[in-house]
Amino acid sequence: MDDANPYGNITTPQLLELIDLVKRVHGFDFSQYTKASLKRRLARIMQFKKLSFYDLKHVLVNDQQIFQDFLEEITVNVTEMFRDPSFYKSLNNHVLPYLSSYQHIKIWSAGCSSGEEVYSLAILLKEANLRQKSFIYGTDINTEVLKEARMGIYSLRKIKTYAENYSFTGLPGTITDHFTIMYDAASIHSEYKQNTLFSVHNLISDTVFNEFQLISCRNVFIYFESELQERILELFYKSLCPLGFLCLGSKEAIRSDFFRKRFKVIDQKENIYQKIGT
Amino acid sequence: MALNKDIVQRWHNSQVVLIGGSAGSFKPIFRAVKNFTDSLNKSVIIVIHRKKNFFSEIEKLFAENSRMLLKEISDKDVIRNNTVYIAPANYHVLIESEKVFSLDVSDAVWYSKPSIDVTFESAADVYGSQCTAILLSGANQDGAEGLLKLKTAGALTIVQDPDEADMAEMPLSAIHLGAARYILSNDEIFELLKI
Repeated sequence: MDDANPYGNITTPQLLELIDLVKRVHGFDFSQYTKASLKRRLARIMQFKKLSFYDLKHVLVNDQQIFQDFLEEITVNVTEMFRDPSFYKSLNNHVLPYLSSYQHIKIWSAGCSSGEEVYSLAILLKEANLRQKSFIYGTDINTEVLKEARMGIYSLRKIKTYAENYSFTGLPGTITDHFTIMYDAASIHSEYKQNTLFSVHNLISDTVFNEFQLISCRNVFIYFESELQERILELFYKSLCPLGFLCLGSKEAIRSDFFRKRFKVIDQKENIYQKIGT
Repeated sequence: MALNKDIVQRWHNSQVVLIGGSAGSFKPIFRAVKNFTDSLNKSVIIVIHRKKNFFSEIEKLFAENSRMLLKEISDKDVIRNNTVYIAPANYHVLIESEKVFSLDVSDAVWYSKPSIDVTFESAADVYGSQCTAILLSGANQDGAEGLLKLKTAGALTIVQDPDEADMAEMPLSAIHLGAARYILSNDEIFELLKI
């Protein structure tokens, strides 16, 4: 139908077929991911790798490396340090003073991808003199990106963007104060890797694994349909201590009445919430 | 000057009006937003290229000058009639079959996030022929592929006359790709938007 784009078309029934296949063969359930986004990701894979729909099915079953690439493409791994600087400003002003009253601060960065948010939070806590008593868990379903996260090495090209974000956070100095620059890359200071743990967690199938004072899950819900968002909100609610904080992305408000009654809005624009009730 | 029957009919058949633009498109989009009446009976979705970390005053300016409800898009917003939606900076905007928006932070397309292609392509999937899409001034090729997909789906696809665009590349790319059902002057475009 579309000659300019022979590998880029996928119908809804084909999409559902593929989701089912991936679930049966690899155990990953994408059935409640937003369909428009999945279609676009799949079209991209088919274009890059010059695969027809039939070929794609074939390699997804038989080639583990292609499945890893597929997973990487589907679970969009675009992130930044200090993404949305105003969010970090708000955390600093409205949340950290409250957290400082705790003996220990446990933080969960859910869907952490290559770790930029975890390290941003670690830097923020250090500047607030809270780093020593805090522990940050970064989780993702993708083992490959977690390897990158553990290394904490980012290309200088990326650091340039991150530096711009940093300059808007109101934190002292520059982002390079927290990195060692080596040739064309920058390595996060090892102190930020202490009290930090990256591990696999699947928001769709795994359960509560600890109790947290703060959970951050930004730009993850956008890939989920509303029903799945609700289920994960339930997981977050159960994983928070009383009066713990939940941070969603600035375009990802809590929509359901059920959870709106269970969270108090701390910052409407940044979608920072506090758990109320029990 | 009169718009031909086909244009008028396709316009009346449209549930959504998509407007895409980049450099040089602010003025015509602003004029469009001012022109829409509150009885348009369609949803308007605007994708303008904009810088991230640039806390733009666009929404405020547009809202003050629009008779329709105007909203920056949030994830899972339901698409309603008589509302103008604006794509947020640093997110792609997709449309789900349930007629809700979903956002996406994946890589920029043509160095742009939001990308016009992304929204247009997904609108073609969901609304098919019941779309009017207008591609305005810009200095890159974003929007052309998406507009072609809309045209193939039977939508009314309009490209601003490159001679009247501040930056001709974007409308020209769409024309070269064969994505334009009509090439209209600014006056014709605004006449259509007022019907």
